[in-house]
Amino acid sequence: MRMINRHPGRVSATLLGLLPFLLIMLIYSLASQERLADNPNDKLLPGLEQMTAAVDRMAFQEDRRSGDYLMWQDTTASLERLGLGIGIAALLALVVGILNGVLPLIRSNLAPLVSALSMVPPLAILPILFIVFGLGELSKVMLIVIGTAPIMMRDVAQRVRELPGEQLIKIQTLGANSWQVITRMALPQVLPRLIDAVRLSLGPAWLFLIAAEAIASTEGLGYRIFLVRRYLAMDVILPYVIWITILAIVIDQCLRFTNRRLFPWYNAGGH
Amino acid sequence: MSFITVRNLWKEYGDQVVLENLNLNVKQGEFCTLVGASGCGKSTFLKMLLGQESASRGELLLEGEAFPEEPDRNRGIVFQRYSVFPHLTVRQNVLMGLELEQKPWLGKLFGAARREALDKVDAMLESVGLGHSADKWPHELSGGMQQRLAIAQSLIMRPRVLLLDEPFGALDPGIRSDMHDLLLKLWQETGTTIFMVTHDLKEGFYLGTRLLVFDKVRNDPHDPQAFGATITYDLPITQTNENLFDDINNSVNQTARHQAA
Repeated sequence: MRMINRHPGRVSATLLGLLPFLLIMLIYSLASQERLADNPNDKLLPGLEQMTAAVDRMAFQEDRRSGDYLMWQDTTASLERLGLGIGIAALLALVVGILNGVLPLIRSNLAPLVSALSMVPPLAILPILFIVFGLGELSKVMLIVIGTAPIMMRDVAQRVRELPGEQLIKIQTLGANSWQVITRMALPQVLPRLIDAVRLSLGPAWLFLIAAEAIASTEGLGYRIFLVRRYLAMDVILPYVIWITILAIVIDQCLRFTNRRLFPWYNAGGH
Repeated sequence: MSFITVRNLWKEYGDQVVLENLNLNVKQGEFCTLVGASGCGKSTFLKMLLGQESASRGELLLEGEAFPEEPDRNRGIVFQRYSVFPHLTVRQNVLMGLELEQKPWLGKLFGAARREALDKVDAMLESVGLGHSADKWPHELSGGMQQRLAIAQSLIMRPRVLLLDEPFGALDPGIRSDMHDLLLKLWQETGTTIFMVTHDLKEGFYLGTRLLVFDKVRNDPHDPQAFGATITYDLPITQTNENLFDDINNSVNQTARHQAA
């Protein structure tokens, strides 16, 4: 039988999926054990024991200096920035994207600008943001907005234009004015697609968040990682990276679930 | 004065002539079927009736007035596909037109007005045979059911003209004849003027009161786009017979081969 026609069963598919994870953990723990056997104070490849101790110290004990639980403080600070940034970007994308998609006059007016903006490398204008908005929360949120909004705007506009032309004619024959075409046809059909666009933009959003926090911040997941790098504290960095990954997966799956619950027609092939 | 008047109508795209010198008078309540080979301008003519395309030359009048240049609520349309809204249930799809008409800003009805509108909607769904599917999503319906829904959605607006662009082209033959019966029934009940484009000459002969054949009279083998199509036969349906059917069929097929060559 050809390889392209061989499909794994349910159990073997799960096992095949788990295998790379187990393999990485195995290789890591072997390498870590070897280094620790040589030098029990090795910092580069901390073992499970050191990492749990670090997590316990960061997440479940008050910081001796500030009295805060650092990991939770970092998490809420980062998630706030991420949520605010992505939220504003999604809202902008929805408004500009729909107007661009539905109204030819606005499209001629705004689409070239949006295309040009989406080509600007956001990190290159980070210094401008720091200068204009200061080193506070605003510049970090703005980086996420500027980094993700233009691409989502283009995506939403594209999704609107992909709606069948027959629908647009049909709703006009039902007497709809331009406003009604937007609110009853374009907006409801584009919302689930917007959620998909947000899911895709979360990757870049995390990138911009951590970059901004690394450069100028006093709390946040990215700030902490770059802070403890000075002490080669891999026992903190690795759990933080895993924690960020888990957060990203959870947010992504929540959005996917929301999309399914809110828009049953969208995921059942109704588009 | 006739209901729809077409006088010396031409449609050209640059050098390409699609329709030449169309003349036609249609009375209110007629059911015209438009047949012809692909590329002979039947769909273009339908789009002009809809307001999606405008004439290059000549007149297209509705009760003596020029047709509006964009689609409006007086002219309903059913396409071969994609005529219904996937994000609305069957009932919401039909309700939409009434809501758009009564609420220009909100686009939604509430309370008593909504209940009243829903009564109309349910009666309409019943008459197209979708009464039991009112709460389904369009993607849960078969192709034939979706077309029933599209027809109901248009007819609830009581349009003065109903335009059908190969509405049954994608359906199985058995379903198609059910749809013919439904369409004739609705046409008799509402008295709407209907224009239907079809590929199927038999369909044209069987349905409607009047058959319009779009065909090219002149053909330049070196430049197939040089001449447009016009109406070559305009027949009341009672006059149809076997020989005539064969005549038209041959002529249409010949044009189709020219187009393809």
